[in-house]
Amino acid sequence: MAQITVTVNGTTEHHDVEPRTLLVHFLRERLSLTGTHVGCDTSQCGACTVLLDGASVKSCTVLAVQADGASITTIEGIAKDGQYHPLQTAFWEQHGLQCGFCTPGMIMSSIDLLRRNPSPSEAEIRAGLEGNICRCTGYHNIVNAVAAAAEQMRAAATPAHVN
Amino acid sequence: MTAPTTPAPSLFGASIKRREDPRFITGKGRFTDDVVMPGMTHAAFVRSPHAFAIIRSIDTSRASALPGVRAVFTGEQLAAAGVNGLPAGWLLPDIKVPYRPVLSVGHARHVGEAVAVVIADSAAVARDAAELVDVDYEPLVAVADTATALSHPTQIHDIAPDNRCFHWSIGDAAPVDAAFASAPHVVRQRFVNNRLAAMAMEPRASLASYDVAGDELTLYVTSQNPHVHRLIMGAFVLGLAEHRFRVIAPDVGGGFGSKIFIYPEEVVVAWAAKKIGRPVKWTATRSESFLTDAQGRDHVSEAEMALSNDGKVLALRVKTIANVGSGLSLFAPAVPTYLYATLLSGAYAIPAIHCEVDAVFTNTTPVDAYRGAGRPEACYLIERMMDLSAKHLGMSPVDIRRLNFIPAHAFPYQTPVALCYDSGNYEPALDMALTKADYASLLQRQAEGRANGRYIGIGFSTYIEACSIAPSQVVGALGSQAGLYESAHVRVHPTGSVTVYTGSHSHGQGHETTFAQIVADQLGIPMDAVDIVHGDTGKVQFGMGTYGSRSGALGGTSIYMSLQKIKDKAKKIAAHLLEAAEADIEFEGGKFYVRGAPDRAKQFADVTLAAYLGHNLPSGLEPGLEATSFFDPSNFTFPFGTHIAVVEIERSTGHVTLLNYIAVDDVGNVINPMIVDGMVHGGIAQGVAQALWESVHFAPDGQPLNASLMEYAVPRADQLIKYNTGRTVTPSPVNPLGVKGAGETGTIASTPAIANAVMDALSPFGVSHIDMPLTPSKLWTAMNGSTGGL
Ligand code: FES
Ligand code: FES
Repeated sequence: MAQITVTVNGTTEHHDVEPRTLLVHFLRERLSLTGTHVGCDTSQCGACTVLLDGASVKSCTVLAVQADGASITTIEGIAKDGQYHPLQTAFWEQHGLQCGFCTPGMIMSSIDLLRRNPSPSEAEIRAGLEGNICRCTGYHNIVNAVAAAAEQMRAAATPAHVN
Repeated sequence: MTAPTTPAPSLFGASIKRREDPRFITGKGRFTDDVVMPGMTHAAFVRSPHAFAIIRSIDTSRASALPGVRAVFTGEQLAAAGVNGLPAGWLLPDIKVPYRPVLSVGHARHVGEAVAVVIADSAAVARDAAELVDVDYEPLVAVADTATALSHPTQIHDIAPDNRCFHWSIGDAAPVDAAFASAPHVVRQRFVNNRLAAMAMEPRASLASYDVAGDELTLYVTSQNPHVHRLIMGAFVLGLAEHRFRVIAPDVGGGFGSKIFIYPEEVVVAWAAKKIGRPVKWTATRSESFLTDAQGRDHVSEAEMALSNDGKVLALRVKTIANVGSGLSLFAPAVPTYLYATLLSGAYAIPAIHCEVDAVFTNTTPVDAYRGAGRPEACYLIERMMDLSAKHLGMSPVDIRRLNFIPAHAFPYQTPVALCYDSGNYEPALDMALTKADYASLLQRQAEGRANGRYIGIGFSTYIEACSIAPSQVVGALGSQAGLYESAHVRVHPTGSVTVYTGSHSHGQGHETTFAQIVADQLGIPMDAVDIVHGDTGKVQFGMGTYGSRSGALGGTSIYMSLQKIKDKAKKIAAHLLEAAEADIEFEGGKFYVRGAPDRAKQFADVTLAAYLGHNLPSGLEPGLEATSFFDPSNFTFPFGTHIAVVEIERSTGHVTLLNYIAVDDVGNVINPMIVDGMVHGGIAQGVAQALWESVHFAPDGQPLNASLMEYAVPRADQLIKYNTGRTVTPSPVNPLGVKGAGETGTIASTPAIANAVMDALSPFGVSHIDMPLTPSKLWTAMNGSTGGL
């Protein structure tokens, strides 16, 4: 067993874990944060995406012990004061989800995508989400959702756009 | 009170945001693997590494000795305990149905077949222990290839000589033979319809627990049809009474057909939970999904089309070999027969059609329904044949289709392959798609491109499909072991809110929204006052579940029928309260009022309260307000439309770029356009993927060659484009909502549209056909003067 300390969605957690425990299993099973999903065993699908110190990672590809000392944000931690993150709102409004299984990973990847590039083109959104698979939507409305959220976030961040 | 002066905008037909989304965008969805129970144990399966082998012995002693292991079971132990094999749910004349045990007994017949199970305190220990189960296999020569399975020296099942599961035919051969004998033109082509993995993003999972006190077994399972699971697992496999067996399909992360069927793992989990007295959970790894989820398509067909000089199709003859895999999955026999050959007339008036199908066993993963299920195979064949015929005759692909369309005045139209199309109007959809594509300028762009070494292709698919397979009496006569109706129970509560119990199951379709739209629209109450309950046999009366694009037409209609019963009864109560004749009562905007005196009115909630108070009801009327309906329609519904794909092939690499994709669909009346468009998008992506990228491959020895997401080419966002969708509306006459079904049109239509576009782009190279997937290496080879072996 190894001891780790992580901050997850703002709460500090001390836990003993088997060294082979994957971060995704730690989040799902130890912390009951089941919004982070497992869709594959080859780090291809992105359903498990979380933010590790602000950058998106596939939590099936990180050992819990590697996250020791880090700050982690999961889908459960992105709404603030009862307000959805703009990407959550945009996925809902643009119908960016059907079965909802890929959705948490898609949203977490998109947060990092917009952090790195606040004004992505359609091609940049598609390239940026290349590590996340959705089998339901054909990506059309996911791309629309990310574009809509980007616009909304830019507007919110730019005083000139605020009335 | 006054009656509303302006009617509220109809909720039926509105793009309402989905009510299920808040839980998914916040990570609060509840999928099977999210469910945790006290004392829960975990199952891991030992799987055959061989495609075909005798199991000489299984030694479980090392696995059993590992700390944390609770039990190890083999197929023989399950058989001794009375666990039956998995049944086939559709039987055809002279079909061979090999016994299919949930854990192998005697032989293993495909790579990944479950041979034994380990149950342990953690998933990790269960997997460690599974590695310690020693199975002594004697490998046998395996059969993997569809086309040659009938003549392969290996016989996979004793009861099935030549590996033939069944031989089946439809249509009248004599007029077909006569037409071919005198036809001025005959076009022939062999088609391989590539095998696909359904690849729902949520892997299959199950969790069972047994309550000794109540003698009740509860199973959470990734199912598209929990009542079907309960019926088959309970009655046929485990011998459990249905009232003591509860099946819950909570949030399910996509199905696409693959979660219809009963799989070995959920049977083992359910049985073991009772046996060891603890909850047992199993969740597939993606590798296990690739090896064991029922796969789709996998046909090899010879098609011949007889044509007149002016391009009229005179007859169609098809011989198909369909691979069913190592044994019969639940609905496997229906897919390459009644869901395939009956659709071979497409959108065309073809006087004579004959189709023969040989279904073959191979040492591969079982094949069953995958999104479209038989209809994509038929659509691909007929739409490719229309293009090949047009090319042969020097006609435009548009003209040959228009010439052969069943005319709008000819409906209902009886095809020579059993189906009677209830309605249709094909030309407006074609015209709308041509306008959206700006076809004239596309042709010009194509011609200019060719002059400059750019290879643009335009591909058409003027498809038809059949949804909500019915009626039950007919499907029963054709071999279905189940009825194919749907049910709804509508319970109106005393203060006017409503709970609907539907036999449909939503795993992405958005029923919690669309069904609530139907209710709110019919009763004039807010959607917030309506809850839709599905996916739990402990709550829902009975139901057949969701597949085959059936839920709008069947699930929606059964709700609608229950609502009419509710309204009828409520109207009687309202008339009594208003002291008016029932015939004079109007119901509008959630209010009952006396015709001509809108002030004499009762709100819906006043009437529902009266129904439950029972103080003042018309004599003889029972208190309460709820109604159940089972809707069994008179016929299928027949969506249709035109898809146009525009692609460009890079001359130097063979890479295909999608330039435009137009989809004009007629799915009848639309409850929620946003949701229908979404399903069309997703369907297109899957169909495009079959044409260009996806294909499950087995080596000749039956070893899977691309059973992971590292190799299996599920499309990513950067491979696809925005889809340009449109609609015509021809309501279905077979249900009162006029809806048809929209879940599969995209998948069915898009594969041939893309294939036709690619072949059109290649036409300067003199290539007329290449089998899917149309990968760069195949196209490059074709453009460089050879189709050698492709
Ligand atoms: S679970 Fe698929 S990438 Fe992590
Ligand atoms: S919404 Fe189902 S996988 Fe993306």
